[in-house]
Amino acid sequence: MADTRTITLSVNGKAHTATIETRLTLVDFLRHELQLTGTHVGCEHGVCGACTVLVNGNTVRACLMLAVQCDGEEVAAVESLATDGKLNVLQQAFQDNHGLQCGFCTPGMLMTLTEFLRDHPEPSEAEVRAALSGNLCRCTGYQGIVDAALDAAKRMRETAR
Amino acid sequence: MKPAPFTYHDPNSIADAVALLATHAENGNARVLAGGQSLIPMMNFRYAMPDHLIDLNKVDDLAYIRVENRVLRIGAMTRQRDIEFSAEVTTHCALLQAALSHVGHRQTRNRGTLGGSLCHLDPAAELANIAALLDATLHATSQRGTRDIKFADFAVAYMTTALEPDALLAGVTFPLPEPGHGHAFVEFARRHGDFAIVACSALLGLDAQGSITHAAIALSGISHAPVRPHEIERALVGQPANATTFKVAAADVEKLEANADAYVTAAYRQHLARVLTYRALEQAAVSAKEKQHG
Repeated sequence: MADTRTITLSVNGKAHTATIETRLTLVDFLRHELQLTGTHVGCEHGVCGACTVLVNGNTVRACLMLAVQCDGEEVAAVESLATDGKLNVLQQAFQDNHGLQCGFCTPGMLMTLTEFLRDHPEPSEAEVRAALSGNLCRCTGYQGIVDAALDAAKRMRETAR
Repeated sequence: MKPAPFTYHDPNSIADAVALLATHAENGNARVLAGGQSLIPMMNFRYAMPDHLIDLNKVDDLAYIRVENRVLRIGAMTRQRDIEFSAEVTTHCALLQAALSHVGHRQTRNRGTLGGSLCHLDPAAELANIAALLDATLHATSQRGTRDIKFADFAVAYMTTALEPDALLAGVTFPLPEPGHGHAFVEFARRHGDFAIVACSALLGLDAQGSITHAAIALSGISHAPVRPHEIERALVGQPANATTFKVAAADVEKLEANADAYVTAAYRQHLARVLTYRALEQAAVSAKEKQHG
């Protein structure tokens, strides 16, 4: 018999209760149970970064966490970024700087940079590249993504001023 | 859904965790889950198919950082990020943070733990390297009691520890380097955050004349576990801390036996071991001089 648990957690600010198999990964929970398909599944072993989400404000690989471990926690995925269909500063910077091509890695890039820019409002290019080292992109050659991150940091500083 | 079915346990005390281990280790197929950055990938691929998964993430008593009497005590479930950002660790053992900056990525350090890394025991793991360099003592606990294991006795074979099936790693004690000792951690990996092909750490103590009074070197990636070349360390003591001395030591390190695999030859690992040993000693000497002159 399947080992199941009932969990209650917040996803993108909304409370959810679900009965799940304990072997269900967080990313499959988001995509299959909640139909939040913004978070992408790439390598499923923690290398590519496509499934990066925030749990209690810290980035994690959603393919390496079990949904049952998120009982009582706050999860934020890429759907939490835009408000009423309007892109946030980081997302807009990605569009303006050609920070995406096929878009598969983009949700993970955005969540990694959400944490990074929150903690490092004035990053150097080298720091941005180090922060992105855990997210693989096969299209852009990274330059557009790095430009977008630096541009977003600049726009955020200007707004904060 | 990738992992094969298992029964999930999430104890919130060490006593409950070791009781569960004692019950389920009997059939040999219970696994302890720490940060999950190595075990969950293995379960996703079904390399690992435990019948019982004992998740330690709710055992708060296993997560702590304490400095006392010239030792640093860190709980096995302490997140790598918490060690990375600990002001106490910066003050007393910055070497650990230098090594941590090479461990995976921010996203994996947010979950990954000290104990998980040591028990997984990848041959190139940076935290295992530092445990070897500092002669760390590992504290195992089970229902039968506790046992202290020197790191040199902990790594018994390739990715195999001295932990009994019913025991878990509770914490680690790192003797702190002398305040005046210089340190360095260098590695070569194909991409930042990958496991290193070879990594080398060094600790050097110097006297006022610039002669070496203490030397420790740990090399990862050449064997199943970090290697301490004790003869080479001893030969450094009494020598002047200069390029000639370091070149001799590095040339001796190149003669150590090294493993080969499908990607990297033994000769290339030996070459890297020489180059990285030289760099580590050079940087450790600079670091020691900086500490001497405040």
